[in-house]
Amino acid sequence: MKPWFEFRHLSRIALVAVVALSASTAFAQQPKRGGTLNLILTSEPTTLVTLTTVATTTLSVSAKVSEGLLKYDYDLSPQPQLATSWTISPDGKEYTFNLRQGVKWHDGQDFTSADVAFSILTLKKIHPRGVNTFANVEEVKTPDAHTAILVLSKPAPYLIKAFAAAESPVLPRHIYAGTDPLTNPNGNAPIGTGPYKFKEWVRGSHIIYERNPDYWDKPKPYIDRLVVKFFADPAARSLAFETGEADLGYRTPVALGDLDRFKKLPNVAFETKGNSYSFNVSSLQFNLDDKHFDNARVRQAIAHALDRKIAVQVGYYGYGVVSDSPIAPGLKAYHDPSPSPYAFDLKRANALLDEAGYARGADGFRFKATLDFNPISDDFKRLAEYTRSALSKIGIDVTLRAQDLSAFVKRVYTDRDFEFTINGHSNLFDPTVGVQRLYWSKNFFKGRPFSNASHYVNPEVDQLLEDAQTEIDPVKRAALFTRFQQRVAVDVPDINLVSPQFITIHNKRVHDHSLTADGVESNLADVYLE
Amino acid sequence: MTTFSRIRATLWRTAIQAIPTVFGIVILVFLLLQMAPGDAVDVLAGESGGISEDGLAMLRTRFGLDQPVLVQLLIYLNNLAHFSLGYSPRYNAPVMELIMTRLPGTLILMLLSQLIAISAGIVLGAIMAAWEGKWPDRLLSLVALLLYSTPAFWIGLMALVVFSVWFGWLPSGGNITIGADLHGWDYVKDFAAHAVLPVVALAGFFVAIYARLVRASMLEISRLDFVRTAHAKGLTPFIVTVRHILRCALAPLITVAGMHFGTMLGGAAVVETVFSWPGLGRLALEAVMARDYAVLLGILLLSSLTVIVANMLVDILHAWLDPRIKANN
Repeated sequence: MKPWFEFRHLSRIALVAVVALSASTAFAQQPKRGGTLNLILTSEPTTLVTLTTVATTTLSVSAKVSEGLLKYDYDLSPQPQLATSWTISPDGKEYTFNLRQGVKWHDGQDFTSADVAFSILTLKKIHPRGVNTFANVEEVKTPDAHTAILVLSKPAPYLIKAFAAAESPVLPRHIYAGTDPLTNPNGNAPIGTGPYKFKEWVRGSHIIYERNPDYWDKPKPYIDRLVVKFFADPAARSLAFETGEADLGYRTPVALGDLDRFKKLPNVAFETKGNSYSFNVSSLQFNLDDKHFDNARVRQAIAHALDRKIAVQVGYYGYGVVSDSPIAPGLKAYHDPSPSPYAFDLKRANALLDEAGYARGADGFRFKATLDFNPISDDFKRLAEYTRSALSKIGIDVTLRAQDLSAFVKRVYTDRDFEFTINGHSNLFDPTVGVQRLYWSKNFFKGRPFSNASHYVNPEVDQLLEDAQTEIDPVKRAALFTRFQQRVAVDVPDINLVSPQFITIHNKRVHDHSLTADGVESNLADVYLE
Repeated sequence: MTTFSRIRATLWRTAIQAIPTVFGIVILVFLLLQMAPGDAVDVLAGESGGISEDGLAMLRTRFGLDQPVLVQLLIYLNNLAHFSLGYSPRYNAPVMELIMTRLPGTLILMLLSQLIAISAGIVLGAIMAAWEGKWPDRLLSLVALLLYSTPAFWIGLMALVVFSVWFGWLPSGGNITIGADLHGWDYVKDFAAHAVLPVVALAGFFVAIYARLVRASMLEISRLDFVRTAHAKGLTPFIVTVRHILRCALAPLITVAGMHFGTMLGGAAVVETVFSWPGLGRLALEAVMARDYAVLLGILLLSSLTVIVANMLVDILHAWLDPRIKANN
């Protein structure tokens, strides 16, 4: 027998075995009713509905009560939630949603198309991202109580991925109508259609959700009670998992240094699925208005001096993948896998700096620079420390500057008093929503956080991004994004380094918590306890 | 002057001093906070990962940040004059409500810690003084030094590792078993199990301070004439130590304990974070990070009132302990 054939044969057996195994586990694990699930967050949400903020803590809890029209599988293909089916007109300007019948709000009122129309228009008006996502929505028609038609002025190819519960919650019109949505009490004691009813929120301590016995998708939900606790200290979170007081936490809820120890714990398991609704990319962003970094050679030299593989190890203890592009490798449809034109090469880096006129001084350094890092998580600090040591090898004397989030945001985006920064951004569910903001010259605004911090201006890139906003042919759209990535890679307004891998940590008694693209941020209707 | 009238005078004097103190604190803190870079809207927008320009303007109007600083201060003072601590747009709730849900947690934590620290400090200090220079003194001095120099968060974390992870005796966070709906004696037991580690962790540092203080003042007093007289008239060493020396040594202890009430609030913030204890200290920390000035000012105002009340109680205790102290000097 020829070796290649044998190999193929073997792999086919393996495939059959995997399928059989997964089928058998699916049959073996009948969801069990009852129990209390303890979900832990790193800090307390400011509000419980993602209408006025999309901070992670609020995203974590919102969908348990306030559902969306759709949910998404791991590859971001839409699945029914409050909408049972949907069609998009060939010109991409009309989205028709057929709504689920017999769904009731937690206060007993019927859920209808009027709620959907109200929600979409309110999101368009005040939701931090909805303002942009739904910008093209001109009106929402409601021909009957169970049909909602979104009419767009221009096509929006990313829109079909925007209807997840936590991203675009469907709100009860009868609660909000005629009030100021920003101060409406529903934000603190929400009413929704979801699997869990809000019970109490003891500020500073916890939130309790009770099982909704009248949920439209019976026999779900399986658990009796969902308790959300806030553990501000990372060491305390680790301890809570070890003692079993915490059942579930996501986006790597413990210090990365603890993960190896956690792997050996008998009661705890890891899950990496359910993080595909929001891939992040960590990068080094230059201020192109800075006297050193307006020079392309200097930026290229720095790109040559950074080894992304080491960045993954140092910044993320190996829990991440190298990303040369601002579009994360996880967003497979659009990620351009070609490597950066400026591969790791210290010799070339030194030569470029010499060419740029930065000779080494008596102390071995060419120039000094201050690096600000985003303080929102420790990985940026570690990446900044790696950058400092890497750049010292090419004669750049880097000083790190620490500050809290508010000071960082003001320094970088309002005062623009920075030279370069280690920062991170979410791709969200589409590059138009998550990546365009960083490179589009029309998104350079003083005071707007996580906008075009580099002050990158390239008319060709602008055109590519704007074309991708309305291109409904997926192949053409992917080509536009590939061109965009190549263009940005050459210009190096920033150096994209790592796409971190988020890990969901759960007690082994918890099952089916990450069945959708947004995992723990979903409504958790399927979760059950052994 | 009778004891009662001295206490009344103390109360009166404190009330008169409290008003300008509080007023000064509000204005000073308000202006200090203005110097911190960034505002509440920067934080909200930063947490949301971006926001539209209209959204920024809308939020600034809602937070009142579009007004000049002086106008903001006047609005705040006007609120205070109407006995309102204002409204937190970040939490979409009145500041008073936010604080009152957390104040009891912190007060209980602080009072229990203070109680333990004072009692342990007195006992340890008295032992050290009684065996001055001998091994109990040396040993306890070393313990005090360790307690004094070990940060509360470390003691807390180590206590958690030992008592909740290794032995599994005590819960690892929070102040009550959530959702258990306990009543009566069960509630007290559950609360005590949650409280013991944070209270001890917070008390550690203060035990050290108080023990050293009691030791020093007892040694000083033990050399005074009236102690010699007490010995001479045939009292047992134990009675002399407790009735004569210790009672006099309590005066400086109470003064220092009163002064440390404010310090303890700072320590509480750390301990609350480690033990996920729902208290004011953590709220204050979050308010600073979030630049939520209304909440922070409210907390500082209430804590300064608490410190003033604590000091007033100290004055009253002094007036009671030492009849020579006049309340009006």
